[in-house]
Amino acid sequence: MKKLITALLGSAVAIAAAPASAATLDDVKSKGYVQCGVSTGLAGFSAPDDSGDWTGLDVDYCRAVAAAIFDDPDAVRFTALTAKERFTALQSGEVDILSRNTTWTISRDTALGLNFAGVTYYDGQGFMINAKKLQGINSALQLSGAAVCVQSGTTTELNLADYFKANNMEYNPVVFEKLEEVNAAYDSGRCDVYTTDQSGLYAIRLTLANPDDHVVLPEIISKEPLGPVVRHGDDQWFDIAKWVYFAMLNAEEYGITQDNLDEMLKSDNPNISRMLGTEEGSKLAADLGLEEDWVVRIIRHVGNYGEIFERNVGAESPLKINRGINALWTKGGIQYGPPIR
Amino acid sequence: MATQDSVAEGREAPRVPLLYDPKLRSIAYQVIVFVGLFAFVYWIVGNTVANLQRANIASGFGFLQSRAGFDIGQSMIEYTSDSTYGRALLVGLLNTLLVAVLGIATATVIGFIVGVGRLSKNWLINRICLVYVEVFRNIPPLLVIFFWYFGVLSVLPGPRDSIELPFNTYLNGRGFYFPKFLWGEGSGLIVIAFLLALVFAFFVRRWAYKRQEATGQQFPVFLTSLGLIVGLPLLAFVLTGMPLEFSYPELSTFNLRGGMQVKPEFLSLYLALSFYTAAFIAEIVRAGVLGVSHGQTEASFALGLRPRQALRLVIVPQALRIIIPPLTSQYLNLTKNSSLAIAIGYPDLVATGGTALNQTGQAIEIVAIWLVVYLGLSLMTSAFMNWFNARMALVER
Repeated sequence: MKKLITALLGSAVAIAAAPASAATLDDVKSKGYVQCGVSTGLAGFSAPDDSGDWTGLDVDYCRAVAAAIFDDPDAVRFTALTAKERFTALQSGEVDILSRNTTWTISRDTALGLNFAGVTYYDGQGFMINAKKLQGINSALQLSGAAVCVQSGTTTELNLADYFKANNMEYNPVVFEKLEEVNAAYDSGRCDVYTTDQSGLYAIRLTLANPDDHVVLPEIISKEPLGPVVRHGDDQWFDIAKWVYFAMLNAEEYGITQDNLDEMLKSDNPNISRMLGTEEGSKLAADLGLEEDWVVRIIRHVGNYGEIFERNVGAESPLKINRGINALWTKGGIQYGPPIR
Repeated sequence: MATQDSVAEGREAPRVPLLYDPKLRSIAYQVIVFVGLFAFVYWIVGNTVANLQRANIASGFGFLQSRAGFDIGQSMIEYTSDSTYGRALLVGLLNTLLVAVLGIATATVIGFIVGVGRLSKNWLINRICLVYVEVFRNIPPLLVIFFWYFGVLSVLPGPRDSIELPFNTYLNGRGFYFPKFLWGEGSGLIVIAFLLALVFAFFVRRWAYKRQEATGQQFPVFLTSLGLIVGLPLLAFVLTGMPLEFSYPELSTFNLRGGMQVKPEFLSLYLALSFYTAAFIAEIVRAGVLGVSHGQTEASFALGLRPRQALRLVIVPQALRIIIPPLTSQYLNLTKNSSLAIAIGYPDLVATGGTALNQTGQAIEIVAIWLVVYLGLSLMTSAFMNWFNARMALVER
């Protein structure tokens, strides 16, 4: 009987169904919108605003993809995913693109069958404590014996284990699946320490009952390059995901903004006219599978990288995070868009 | 019936067209269903394998051997972030079993008390039990868990302002703390004494039963056994020089340290499951007791049994026959409901498996493990309860 089953399964594998159609772009065009996976609510990156519209850096990236394809930043539908659900949702095709403060690691790139399209935000993991309750603690190295709140299924959870082990410290993990649950547990005093990416800590601090009581400790214990993700097996879609982002970086580099876009369209700088699709006979957009004015659409509807950064997490936002290493390479940062040519 | 037989022999079996032959038809239906089922499974497996290969996603159970890298808050066995995924799942399974077994025991006790209370002639007890049953039976279990976690345990003070209870035990928002027993040299003797006492008690019981059968004289079996089981280990304890120390919980920078800690995640899940399931068990018990005909009570009184004896020897054994089968499904429900643990961060099988799923991305394998484990637990519970039911069943002579 066992042999029989094995044989049956074997034959099932052998005549495995023909691979399903891999052209995500065609699917997206035919349904008329991009399905984008975002977080369940992280201020500055992806969170619904007062009127229920999604806003944030990760959200704006998805809107840029929609703008490039449909010339409409609202041709996108958002699926809120927990850290645990996100990869399965992308693998199974429930979402076309995952833009959900997700850290780029080798195992996700390989074993999970995913492709990272770039790094929209260079982050690092930090710790937050209630300074009012825990006076005298100003370094993560003093945290031995603490109860630490952390979201399950994140690189954060793994870095936390590694950091405490490397420093011979004990801790007590309090693990939840949803961000809101972690926030509630930390706010109610179930744990002493909250750990996640530093940008996240600043965002979460704003939502706590008394934000001023909490401080983010100086240590950064990991590299967390966050970026949009697509699944393996569709190179064209992967290219679009990459170059929408690189276009936003290049636009910032050449000073193309939402405000001066119309002037820039008349520019005779070959780099700018090539990017904006005004160069005669250019096949760049067609090779990517998009219309000639795809960059114009992105900038008009969403803006360049600098604009979406400042609007969502930078000086113009409640988070007030410095550009830091997320500045362009020409300004002392490491954000670097490969040339569009 | 000879005449009828001869008539039947004398007549030929009626010819039935193949299409209407019931035997052939039933075989044909079964073959069709089997082929359909097989084709369906074949299609599912083929589709899955093709899609996994296309997306270049790793598969197989090899990941169980690799390093997990994450820590687990509560573990009954040795576990660190260096342990394997397999061990992480085992920790989760043991946590599930812990809460299920303790929950079943507690729910049964509360359920029996409340169920009998519902039958009480005392108006107050009767109404209290009625309110209890109606409240807990009509709330989804997840809300009961949230009630205990967010409503009761998380509003307790922080570790610095712990509530002090007798015997060096403390209660705060991080859980319940009590002194840990540290057994010294010679404490093995106490265990041996306890086991000896159990054996003695067993023989005393047998001897007393035989004597009652033969002479009709009764013997205080319960008190003697209790004396043996408590007395012998106590004697051993004193003789070995009291080899027992305590580790008391004390305040450190962050938490109470030392002693034993019962975490609020476990506590709220355990209490919620117990109280929730107990409401159903109470109704089953009530139905069981009411199901025994009143004539049985009257008959046992007529035989001269006292009310307690009548309950113990006549009513309960018969009520159990009605109670046990539905009780089994309540036990299964409790075990399965324990997977709601994920909402409050108790590291049960679903929670640890979920983390492993996310780190490795091997959804199909992990989900298969979940299915097999819960199915196995349910089948084992059913098998045990069926055995118990068969033992309790009325033996007809």
